[in-house]
Amino acid sequence: MSSFTSKYADELIANAAYIGTPGKGILAADESTGTIGKRLSSINVENVESNRRALRELLFTTPGALPCLSGVILFEETLYQKSSNGTPFVDILKKGGVLPGIKVDKGTVELAGTNGETTTQGLDGLGERCKKYYEAGARFAKWRAVLKIGQNEPSELAIHENAYGLARYAVICQENGLVPIVEPEILVDGSHDIHKCAAVTERVLAACYKALSDHHVLLEGTLLKPNMVTPGSESAKVAPEVIAEHTVRALQRTVPAAVPAIVFLSGGQSEEEATRNLNAMNQLKTKKPWSLSFSFGRALQQSTLKTWGGKEENVKKAQEAFLVRCKANSEATLGAYKGDAQLGEGAAESLHVKDYKY
Amino acid sequence: MSAFVGKYADELIKTAKYIATPGKGILAADESTGTIGKRFSSINVENIESNRQALRELLFTSPDALPCLSGVILFEETLYQKTTDGKPFVDFLLENGVIPGIKVDKGVVELAGTNGETTTQGLDSLGARCQEYYKAGARFAKWRAVLKIGDTEPSELSIQENAKGLARYAIICQENGLVPIVEPEVLTDGSHDIKKCAAVTETVLAAVYKALNDHHVLLEGTLLKPNMVTPGSDSPKVTPEVIAEHTVTALRRTVPPAVPGIVFLSGGQSEEEATLNLNAMNKLDVLKPWTLTFSFGRALQQSTLKAWAGKTENVAKAQATFLTRCKANSDATLGKYTGGASDDSNASESLFVKGYKY
Repeated sequence: MSSFTSKYADELIANAAYIGTPGKGILAADESTGTIGKRLSSINVENVESNRRALRELLFTTPGALPCLSGVILFEETLYQKSSNGTPFVDILKKGGVLPGIKVDKGTVELAGTNGETTTQGLDGLGERCKKYYEAGARFAKWRAVLKIGQNEPSELAIHENAYGLARYAVICQENGLVPIVEPEILVDGSHDIHKCAAVTERVLAACYKALSDHHVLLEGTLLKPNMVTPGSESAKVAPEVIAEHTVRALQRTVPAAVPAIVFLSGGQSEEEATRNLNAMNQLKTKKPWSLSFSFGRALQQSTLKTWGGKEENVKKAQEAFLVRCKANSEATLGAYKGDAQLGEGAAESLHVKDYKY
Repeated sequence: MSAFVGKYADELIKTAKYIATPGKGILAADESTGTIGKRFSSINVENIESNRQALRELLFTSPDALPCLSGVILFEETLYQKTTDGKPFVDFLLENGVIPGIKVDKGVVELAGTNGETTTQGLDSLGARCQEYYKAGARFAKWRAVLKIGDTEPSELSIQENAKGLARYAIICQENGLVPIVEPEVLTDGSHDIKKCAAVTETVLAAVYKALNDHHVLLEGTLLKPNMVTPGSDSPKVTPEVIAEHTVTALRRTVPPAVPGIVFLSGGQSEEEATLNLNAMNKLDVLKPWTLTFSFGRALQQSTLKAWAGKTENVAKAQATFLTRCKANSDATLGKYTGGASDDSNASESLFVKGYKY
């Protein structure tokens, strides 16, 4: 058979399609304990469980925000946490029409003999872990593969290893009821131009879909989380329309129509940049058989974090800031963003960190 | 770079798009001298150049038929032939909005060590030959790769060899101004069910598009000529709607949206079957980012050949028969065919020949 027939097939297809609902997108709130520590320290907040819990509660209980979201990616700790009145986060999300998702990879390790290229770990016992997460209420998963652009990068080895890792992860998820988000991130670091990024993105995505086919993955029950096609971080910026054109063309050349939705990562883009680029893509008049939406972490939370500063008395204001970005991105998925969102503190701030490590 | 953008890029994109115009399709009239000989002997006509010229003139000058066609695939001999009043066929076709195409492969040879699997020849000096054909007026080309279904077929070797051959042919065409029709035919021979055909078709197409990407082929300047997904020739038939569903699903899982058109081969299907199946696909209520049309040989010419039988006095009748099939298929590309176009039994005659060799 080409795609395998999971007992969860209908559910996977329905959930993947739901996540791609126009007007909605994903909040990536799956920062590992180490990574969230960096965020919290940037606002002078102690990295303890109660603070991690408080931040996520702030986000999930923001009035009016959940209708803009179809999913939230969680870190394992958060999957089992509750709000201050004892309601499991998973239930709050489900009640608000938001599917809980779970990060399942275990980070990257270097590929020996390459120039700092990596592959992603996490396949050992993945099936068992997925079963547990499904029982806990998760309905989709995420696995981040990372590639970089350089003189000789990405190498054929890096492309192949990461593509086949993603494919193996994807089919294991589907065997256990979780819609796999396939994330082959090509880092923005570098001085290359947008054409180079486009060429690499097309090559990487072609390899991914070949690997997914080889591993019998049911494409209708998956999502893609790619980078947008942009110039390198050290190169001159271009307009959102240019980013939109190159990005959508790369996707037209590689992503089969069976994939219901593409949920972009924001990389190092500022909140406003990410929203404008997504908006431009949805305004583009060309063939787009998949919906184009967001799966943003930093680009949804940056100004919210700054406004909160870890203080109870700032929660309401922080939630307002969060709602602004949720609405802006919801509009962007419809090509209806007018660029008039009240810019919160730091909304236009680049979030690029060279050689970013989760 | 990812896709090769040579001096012909804009022209290739425009030509491919035109060939994919809804309401139009391709007449495959590229039978080699040997193959047309078999057709002629079935109607007791001598296989000499003047008869081959007469048949093609009959087809091309059929009143009102050319508006149903966007292209005609020719054999090399025909590319240089003229109508009886001295006009080159190529000019006649172009004047009537029909693009001349040329078969460029040199047939199949067996792959040693396999169970009768084949690869296709024709790469030697292909570039130079394409240049000659372009000068003669051809603007697209065709290359037929053949795969079969069996217990251990198609083998990985056969899939790889045929996919790579197609990719190499495709890029050479594009370097020389010809839109390559990529044809990976999976034969109907066998007792397998439709699901097996679907699985094999998906695996083959995934390999083909990976190879095209590896070889930097510009997908916007190509066309795909696949088999429809059907049960094997020794298996019970299914309805056009079932064929449509399996075929379109397979294509949605593998053919990138950048490809402008998919022009089906008819294999051993009768004229009427092929039309009904194409019609059902175009009626299917699912997102199809490429147009679905025809590139039929036998399924456009069978009853016309019989009506002609090589006699001048039958030409008008034969042309009327040809027009009927052209119109039927033109309607089918729009999902508007209501069935029973030809009242002669020839239209329902299966054209299946076991182990068919061109």
